[in-house]
Amino acid sequence: MTIELRGVRKAFNQGRPNELWAIRGVSLTIEPNRVTCLKGPSGSGKTTLLSLIGCLSRPTSGRIRLNGRMLSGLPERFLTDIRRHTFGFIFQRFNLIQGLSVLENVMLPAYPLAPPYGKLKASARRLLADFGLEGKAGNPVEWLSGGEAQRVAICRALMNDPQILIADEPTAHLDSKLSEDLMALLDRLRQAGKTILISSHDPLVFDSPLVERVVAMRDGMVVGPGDESRMQRAPHLPPPSKEGRGEEG
Amino acid sequence: MAFARRQQYLIDFTLSSLLRRKGRNLGLLLVYSLIVFMLSSVMLFTHALRKEAGIILRDAPQIVLQRIEVGRHALMPADYLEKIGRLRGVGEKKGRLWGYFYDPAVKANYTMMVADWRALAPTEVVLGAGIARTRGLGEGDYISFRSSRGEPRSFRVKGLLPAESELVSTDLVLMSEQAFRAIFGIAAGYYTDVTLSVRNPREIYKVAEKLSLALPDTRPILREEILRTYDNIFSWRQGIVFVLLAGAVLAFVIFAWDKASGLSAEEKREIGILKALGWETGDVLRMKYWEGAVVSLAAFFLGYLAAYLHVFYGSAGLFEPVLKGWAVLYPEFRLVPFLDGPQLATLFFFTVFPYMVATIIPIWRASITDPDAVMR
Repeated sequence: MTIELRGVRKAFNQGRPNELWAIRGVSLTIEPNRVTCLKGPSGSGKTTLLSLIGCLSRPTSGRIRLNGRMLSGLPERFLTDIRRHTFGFIFQRFNLIQGLSVLENVMLPAYPLAPPYGKLKASARRLLADFGLEGKAGNPVEWLSGGEAQRVAICRALMNDPQILIADEPTAHLDSKLSEDLMALLDRLRQAGKTILISSHDPLVFDSPLVERVVAMRDGMVVGPGDESRMQRAPHLPPPSKEGRGEEG
Repeated sequence: MAFARRQQYLIDFTLSSLLRRKGRNLGLLLVYSLIVFMLSSVMLFTHALRKEAGIILRDAPQIVLQRIEVGRHALMPADYLEKIGRLRGVGEKKGRLWGYFYDPAVKANYTMMVADWRALAPTEVVLGAGIARTRGLGEGDYISFRSSRGEPRSFRVKGLLPAESELVSTDLVLMSEQAFRAIFGIAAGYYTDVTLSVRNPREIYKVAEKLSLALPDTRPILREEILRTYDNIFSWRQGIVFVLLAGAVLAFVIFAWDKASGLSAEEKREIGILKALGWETGDVLRMKYWEGAVVSLAAFFLGYLAAYLHVFYGSAGLFEPVLKGWAVLYPEFRLVPFLDGPQLATLFFFTVFPYMVATIIPIWRASITDPDAVMR
């Protein structure tokens, strides 16, 4: 699934004294089945851009297309449907719901789709087993370590089998060892055919051989060439189908 | 099928959400149930009293005719019965003897009455349950009353009035005509008032009008009017209690509103997470709707059940002094349990509906915002 952004701008508190333009004209094409990293300092607009791409919010102006289908003008209901089936989110703070068990947290995204309970539970357990968490299914999420919580968040993101995974600063709360483990997990998912979009200012992420393209951002804009292909550093990866390009809008 | 399963998942999530905030939700449930309990206790009790009074008065005379002298109730000469007899439409007519008797021993007023339907010797009485209880008397015991001439007269208690009629007979003393006339010093040929029956119930008002014209020094009292008076008295008492409860209700409204409108940061964050995970605004609303429904329905049923037990099996101990209205001789009686549809619906509307509205509006406001806040 190709994601295209054309002249995307996003303002918060528009028309008020505290108006802030978080994204100031981004045009970008994100190719499918690749690992793309948005890199930049805090406040550069990475997270806002991810939320726009993931249909969590709408651009103030500009267009976003998913496989040619315009997303930016769709009503909330359709956006939710696309979000549910297409995107899986791994949040910076994991955002697991406290008080619920690991299994319940993983099953949450599937509730609105209402699959039969047995089937839902079996899928959730299979996912947890894939990520080495089968023994934790019944535990409340408060009991998990940072690395475990991260893996639960990944399982939850994969629950509806989305094509695109969005990870916002996924290593922000992990030590180096856990961050490397995470990158290895993302590699597995990439090999399974997922498109992975990461925002990070952690060199461990954007310098990782897994990342095929780095898009640098600053002050709400894409800066530099925007297509830092990692092909030389990741010889095991197939070449991108199309040359990625980050264009300053 | 998928719809039902979706609701099932939402309810499942709602219940686990409620359990996650056990302390707060149990506190809310307790306060809410208490309010429903108090309101429904008053409603059930006054309604039952009214109903009870209606059942008892069903057998009361259709018309009671009293003679008025200088604006006050006076004794009625027996020849009035003959005068009434000439009016068309009047069926059975009877002179009644009854009066009030103050007993300084227990500082209470009794209602004394001649029971012509019950054969009593001049030295026998039948007592209402309240008097028997207060004076500690049973069948076969003796009780004495001072006559209007100051002479004490002793009576044997022949029996007690049945508990079913205690609501209106708690202070009643039934005796023979001879004993009554001796105690109050009423000469033969005089009655307290006269009771009448009318052959065609539709003519009651017409007959009452004719009586007023034919016997200008009398006033007819209709059974319907007595019922209406009872109704008003109980409504008034119910109103008083509702006014007293208004403070509690208001406190609850503020509490519910605060709880509802002041969505905690944690709740807002959860709504954001759910939306980011693919829940629609409608799913969040439905989930919160179920949350409101579970709390308010549980509180409604708990409160109503407690009130039902309190009123029908605990004699409404909490509101007894205000709602029953007897000064000394409190009747002890068990009201016949009943469920009144419109009353239940009214109570439901005024307790469950406002809570659901109060909770759903702020949730709606939170749930229509973009979920990108969870990314921050």
